[in-house]
Amino acid sequence: MKSTLRIACSRAHLQQVRDFVRNYLNSRSLPEITVNQVVLAVDEVVANFIIHANNEDETQFLDLELAFEKQELNVEIADHGDTIFLPGAHQSPDLRAYIREGRKGGMGMALVNRLMDRVEFFTRGNHTVCHLSKHLA
Amino acid sequence: MKVTAQPSADTLTLLLDGELDASSAIVLDTELAKPDILNYRKVLVDCAKLSYISSAGLGVFISHLQRFQDANVKLVFFNMQEKVFNVFEILGLDALMTIVPSAAEAEAA
Repeated sequence: MKSTLRIACSRAHLQQVRDFVRNYLNSRSLPEITVNQVVLAVDEVVANFIIHANNEDETQFLDLELAFEKQELNVEIADHGDTIFLPGAHQSPDLRAYIREGRKGGMGMALVNRLMDRVEFFTRGNHTVCHLSKHLA
Repeated sequence: MKVTAQPSADTLTLLLDGELDASSAIVLDTELAKPDILNYRKVLVDCAKLSYISSAGLGVFISHLQRFQDANVKLVFFNMQEKVFNVFEILGLDALMTIVPSAAEAEAA
């Protein structure tokens, strides 16, 4: 069963995105920590698309699709904005340096890469698509 | 996201209620950025009702930690839900921040 959601590029819609993912996963009787990890990964990617790729332009929108194939959850997040957003190679953040420097950002994609089995960003026409997957027993 | 500040002698307790994400993190940032907060010896963060944290929420704590340490203000988290603690753990922040199970341990920390 697939489930889809379209949101405008405003961080005010992040709560709606999390509720959408939770509702989809809650029918599967998964542990609360597992559900939270998937919700967090999707939230981080969506927040990156909204803030960094679309500069919070509410005339732009994102499409989310959740689907299970056997025990694998597949998430597609398609950005309809024209800025290609391809995060670089994953590096572990140096948290001690972040603390010294008082940095606020730079941990989101590290989290996503640790939470999901597979993380891919690619282009489709003039747009960016993110695909996440995770095996959920 | 609601942040309630409860001052008591040399300790400020912050009660977090709700979900801390890229939209709501500004509420917490505003509270932690207040200059008066450095007059306390300890800032205790009650996470009992904190049901979600994203990297934006973690980033707010990280961005103020050095300032607190420089002013000898101890930042202590307590009553953290398992799923929220798990997020700190995944990044290794549990080793860099003081997180204790109960209010009594937070007061003693």
